Amino acid sequence: MQMHSLAFDVSHTLAGGLVLISFMMLYQDRLYSLLNVFAFHAVVLALSVAWQAFVQQAPHLYITAAIALVFKAIVIPVALHRIVKQLGIHRDIESAVGIGPTMLAGMALVALSMVLMLRVTAEADPLAREDLAFALSVVLLGLLVMVTRRNAVSQVVGFMSLENGLVLAATGAKGMPLVVEISVAFSILIAFIVIGIFLFRIRERFDSVDVSALDDYRGEHR
Amino acid sequence: MAPVVLQMSCVAGLLGGAGLAIFLSRARSATAIVYSLTLAVSLLAFFGSIRSLLGGDISDLTLPIGLPWLGAHFRTDALASFFLVVVNLGGASASLYGLGYGQHEPAPHRVLPFLPAFLAGMNLVVLADDAFSYLLCWEFMSLASWALVMAHHREPGNAKAGYVYLVMASFGTLALLLAFGLLAGPAGDYGFAAIRSAQHTPYAATLVLILMLLGAGSKAGLVPLHVWLPLAHPAAPSHVSALMSGVMTKVAIYGFIRVIFDLLGQPTWWAGVVVLILGGITAVMGILYAMMETDLKRLLAYSTIENIGVIFASLGLALAFQANGLKLAAALAFTAALFHVLNHSLFKSLLFFGAGAVLTATGERDMEKLGGLIHRMPQTSFAVLVGCVAISALPPFNGFVSEWLMFQAVLQSPELPQWALKIAVPAVGALLALAAALAAACFVKAYGVTFLGRSRGTAAETAHEVDRYSLVAMFILAALCLLAGILPGLVIDALSPITTAILGGRMPIQANEPWLSIVPIAESRSSYNGLLVMVFITISASLAVFFIHRFASHALRRAPAWGCGFSDSTPAAQYSAGSFAQPIRRVFGTMLFHARDHVEMPAPGDTRPARLRIELHDLVWEGMYAPIAGAVGYSADWLNRLQFLTIRQYLSLVFATLVTLLLVLAIWS
Repeated sequence: MQMHSLAFDVSHTLAGGLVLISFMMLYQDRLYSLLNVFAFHAVVLALSVAWQAFVQQAPHLYITAAIALVFKAIVIPVALHRIVKQLGIHRDIESAVGIGPTMLAGMALVALSMVLMLRVTAEADPLAREDLAFALSVVLLGLLVMVTRRNAVSQVVGFMSLENGLVLAATGAKGMPLVVEISVAFSILIAFIVIGIFLFRIRERFDSVDVSALDDYRGEHR
Repeated sequence: MAPVVLQMSCVAGLLGGAGLAIFLSRARSATAIVYSLTLAVSLLAFFGSIRSLLGGDISDLTLPIGLPWLGAHFRTDALASFFLVVVNLGGASASLYGLGYGQHEPAPHRVLPFLPAFLAGMNLVVLADDAFSYLLCWEFMSLASWALVMAHHREPGNAKAGYVYLVMASFGTLALLLAFGLLAGPAGDYGFAAIRSAQHTPYAATLVLILMLLGAGSKAGLVPLHVWLPLAHPAAPSHVSALMSGVMTKVAIYGFIRVIFDLLGQPTWWAGVVVLILGGITAVMGILYAMMETDLKRLLAYSTIENIGVIFASLGLALAFQANGLKLAAALAFTAALFHVLNHSLFKSLLFFGAGAVLTATGERDMEKLGGLIHRMPQTSFAVLVGCVAISALPPFNGFVSEWLMFQAVLQSPELPQWALKIAVPAVGALLALAAALAAACFVKAYGVTFLGRSRGTAAETAHEVDRYSLVAMFILAALCLLAGILPGLVIDALSPITTAILGGRMPIQANEPWLSIVPIAESRSSYNGLLVMVFITISASLAVFFIHRFASHALRRAPAWGCGFSDSTPAAQYSAGSFAQPIRRVFGTMLFHARDHVEMPAPGDTRPARLRIELHDLVWEGMYAPIAGAVGYSADWLNRLQFLTIRQYLSLVFATLVTLLLVLAIWS
């Protein structure tokens, strides 16, 4: 009983930490610091998954945690660092919406996902409930990052953090097969590669990774 | 061989013909081969269906295609057999006509594969015995006919006609789909036998009636769903126009009868009122449109709308009588409707063949440029005259008999208990009488301006009589018009198994009446003898000719006719179609078409000719379809902006949609 309660508390803390770090992403206005926060996000995710593996006694989740740690906390942030350095991308992030309103919107989204998830999953076990509510918050905040930033790199980061939310949801629910998780991880890697190449191409053509350059190219004006 | 197997074999033959036509279509002999094949198969199917109609045998067949748990059910009963007679008679005559007419076709590869497919589709719709097969065959028929409408797609207006037709056909099929969904109910048994035995709530029955009026009505041409018909029917080659006007609209009526009379069970009396009034309005509006028209084929298409109105009005009467348990009167009205189905398919095919012959000979469809064709094309003129007389409901031809039967049914209305019906039936009867009179005027105009007088253009002056196949097809139909007119008792008796099966009542047996009379109710009330009328007309006309030749002066004098001071008139100064329609345009058109005559008189001393300009509005199109099309166009323009958003805006859209859905979920539960 004591153990169970501890298990709940720790996973609660880690998931809540993930939401908090998502909030941190919302107010970063430098690319490097955004990437660092993202790496931190992935580290906390890996911790959370590892704790779930321990609690659920599901050893395959350790693999998921390792994948999260290696790829999301190390490989992708390092690669993005290098891309930013190689391409000489402006290191400040132009945000479309001010930081204050973005934070307020983020709070509203978290409130929404809490209200919704706690009500919808009334009879599920409390661990999964909390987990799902936090996961949905992380997904929504990731989308919010994508929507409020004009820079392509920060959109990539938003997308990756969104995916972290999905992994969190998947590990909270018991019995998700390893194959699915590995395939999700690889799909993210492939998405990363595609987006990386995409970044290079945008940069080559427009000398900027501000996606509004693409809109100008299409003859559109916002 | 069971009738249904025979019919399905014929359908297979037609489909095979369609496949053959694809391979042959560029060959020179393709026209002759394909039309000979469809002629043979249609004749076989025609005689087979006559035999099963008279024999009264019911047979069914289930093929293991279609939905896996359902299969495809096909069945011939009396009603289906009758409509198979109509379809295959039309198919056979169109094939015969096509043997000649098709030789002038500029693009046979666009017509030959689709014509047998179209015939097969119409046969299949009538044969289908479950909702899935029915809808599938219905759509097949629509698409095949659409392809035929688009055969000459480069001619101006045809692309629009095809587009409007496609939109209306899809709309109609959607309505039918919903209707069958309601009929099948939550159990979802789509076989007609199951639908027939199920109980339908009044609510569902009402919805099914509305949906069938939309679905079958749009295909048949009920006002205000008729807009595609005068565009699409004339756009096709003439023998296809004949099939679409004469036969496909009847297939739509078959669908209506099958669902409303057969599958839905006992009708309610107000259903009769709705169908009756819609029919009456359709009849009058259709013939008024036709009256205003100067394009020969479009005039015929509009006249089809009128006849569809007449048929629907009879069906409405039958519904009203049936709802009140007046079996004899219901059988009378229903027989009148079926009889008119047969008649209209005969004379409308004949008239479209005539219009096709005129088109072949002169290359012209506009009546104002024709005239005097009776001298150049005497045989075609005679056949078309028979068709015009028949469609104007003049004795001794068939049109008179069916309309007379319908008015006999109208006269039964005092027996109805509901006051709404007591008032509505005579009122619609008056509308139908008006429509009949206007139809006569319309075809006097059509025949007089096209075939009589002097030719208004060089095309009409140099016309030649058409080929033998076309003439034979027209004369066969003309002979059938006369036969059905003087032997109506045979037709009525042949139709009695249908009324017995559908309504549970029948008209008295006509075969026992002396001298081929028909007596719808009782001798004391009314009777008609087509043979007697024909004998009287023949004798009186012969006597008149005899007396004129015998007693008039034989001295031949040639003198200039007195021409009111304008003796040297050009053919353009003849009475034209527009001038013939002018009184009717003044009376009805001012309100119904917002018709206005503008006379542009030059100033004194100016040598310009004065001009009369007629302004006509199609209020149904402008008031109903144009706003809908405008709204669709506007919203499409507006939605088009979604094509040109930035990446971030697309992401925001996704985000907003997600949040909105979550909010809905949060608030809802």
